[in-house]
Amino acid sequence: MTFFLIITLVKIAIVFAVFMTTLAYLQWVERKVLAHIQSRTGPLRVGPHGLLQPLADVFKLLTKEDLMPPHASKFFYLLAPFVAVSLALVSISIMPFGPKVPVPGGSTFMEIADLNVGILFILAVGAISVYGIALAGWSSNNKYSLMGGLRSSAQMISYELPFTLVIVSPLLLANHLSFRGIVESQAGYYFNAIPRWSIFQMPFPQILGFVIFMIAGFAETNRIPFDLPEAENELVAGFHTEYSSMKFACFFMAEYANMVTISCVATLLFLGGWHPLFPAPYSDWVPTGVFVLAALLLFAQTVKIGRKWDHITFPIFGFAALGLALLFAIPFLQTYLVPIFWFAAKAGFILFVYIWIRGTLPRFRYDQLMHFAWTFLFPCALVNLLLTALMVALFPDQK
Amino acid sequence: MDSILFIIAAVAAIGCGLNLVLQKHPISSALSLIGVMSSLALLYLLLGAEFIAMAQMIVYGGAVMVLFIFVIMLLNAGTEKRSDKSLFAQIAGFPLLAVLVVLLAFLIRETQFPSKVSDVKFGSWVGGTAEAIGMRLFSQFLLPFEVVSVLILIAILGAVVLARKEID
Amino acid sequence: MIDHIPVSWYLTLSAVLFGLGVAGFIYRKSVITVFMSIELMLNAVNLSFVTFSYQNRNIDGHIYSFFVMVVAAAEAAVGLAIILTIFKNRGTLQIDDIDSMKL
Repeated sequence: MTFFLIITLVKIAIVFAVFMTTLAYLQWVERKVLAHIQSRTGPLRVGPHGLLQPLADVFKLLTKEDLMPPHASKFFYLLAPFVAVSLALVSISIMPFGPKVPVPGGSTFMEIADLNVGILFILAVGAISVYGIALAGWSSNNKYSLMGGLRSSAQMISYELPFTLVIVSPLLLANHLSFRGIVESQAGYYFNAIPRWSIFQMPFPQILGFVIFMIAGFAETNRIPFDLPEAENELVAGFHTEYSSMKFACFFMAEYANMVTISCVATLLFLGGWHPLFPAPYSDWVPTGVFVLAALLLFAQTVKIGRKWDHITFPIFGFAALGLALLFAIPFLQTYLVPIFWFAAKAGFILFVYIWIRGTLPRFRYDQLMHFAWTFLFPCALVNLLLTALMVALFPDQK
Repeated sequence: MDSILFIIAAVAAIGCGLNLVLQKHPISSALSLIGVMSSLALLYLLLGAEFIAMAQMIVYGGAVMVLFIFVIMLLNAGTEKRSDKSLFAQIAGFPLLAVLVVLLAFLIRETQFPSKVSDVKFGSWVGGTAEAIGMRLFSQFLLPFEVVSVLILIAILGAVVLARKEID
Repeated sequence: MIDHIPVSWYLTLSAVLFGLGVAGFIYRKSVITVFMSIELMLNAVNLSFVTFSYQNRNIDGHIYSFFVMVVAAAEAAVGLAIILTIFKNRGTLQIDDIDSMKL
């Protein structure tokens, strides 16, 4: 019992620390990637390559004036960011990051908790988090906030339908509702070359399902191209118009946490979780190879780059990358670190697609958005589900 | 441990229920109802009904109550006004209601249930899985399942017809 | 601290919640709040079903509870549409003012 308590507390501390750092630096990554898509450089001055920019942003948000609009319903105004951020942060607790690993004292799974109905928990948390936005919009006593809040909530509950239906299809292939069971059913390789991830799995590869999931995921998190309710040039700032300082930081953090949650769920459901791209002995050296490549690139760029500071910072980053490569090469640590590398690589790729699409596509008008959900995406998700069910029923043992 | 969770969930449920009855503004009542549903979901988890607990949060807490909150916000329902009509219902109703609840509690206490189970211990029954519900729902309860899907279709049609704008 | 909660406590909690739902139904004057009290009554009955299902180790109680949930959702949809129509036609949500069939 004490072993369970201690190991769970250690896991909670690690996951919380990593998650909070990821949220802060996800904002930095987004600003840099958007900037490079738009042919500019992004944050550059606060620390080398703007790496301390999130810290500066936290200071700025903490020291801003914390105002309350007149005639706002005080209790709901204070409750809304609390609900939004607490629900956004809770979903990380049931995501598995790796297989069973030995720890001093026994062995443990690399997750905080594994529910039997894990995927339903994610759906429930997503359904309840609509309240944070609806209450924020309503309690601010501001017409723009109310319109933005209602539109945003209506968009989120409309896109919950294709979201839920398209989640059922890989569940038909996996036969489990718990995340660990879903990932375990995606282990193995076809012909020792193609991994058995859900998007490649045989009775019906879930490629259409993955695309619909990404589209519904964009709409659930209010990201471009579906971010009309909170766009700056449309409704002032939508439901968080009247929020400042720490409460605005809560909504901000909730949006990025939702993005990370959707990426993790997509990785676990469709992309095989922590299972590598090709079979085991070779794929253990992929992280080392990637970091050595990064280090070589950084060293090569120091010769060519023009900025004066970069002659010092690039070699430092290069040595840091070499250090990481060495860390991933120690066989003892490989059992812990390699699954996390593959999971983070896949989730990171999906987050990159989020930011890439933000920099590329214009936004939908609100009626186009709702029309798209109800008349196109929902029938597509239904068709995907019917085809998957048909194929699973016709070829039950060909998995 | 599960007795502490039961006490917390029960107190939260009764507190939110009282809040629903006593608050003046419909939004406060709606949020209290969401509180009741969340504490009931916790109680279902204690009773081993994991699928029903999650379905409660998704269906009631995530869809039905969102609908309520939308309607309250759209209609801009303000605080209620006190009214003197139907005073008899209030004066005579509450004592009779208290009598009803006490009678129900007495009957529950005195009934000899045929089952041997008399204590709720978390984890003593793990039969509330989605698989078990699915097996029963699609074999023995298939007809009610299909009928209820037609019912939902009728409800959607009714709601759309009632709530749309008139085209003059 | 008490070791295990008797099953009758869950059923008593269900009865108390049902009584609170009836109290809200009698006492409140706004149509929406009356409707919410009905939902509270339905939830109390759901708790009762799940408790009996636990006591008899039979999953049928969960199935009934599932159907109650679905029917309550359908009823909420239609009922709220009716409330919208009432508001559009009479301009008020107080049930004491909606007391005749003529507008």
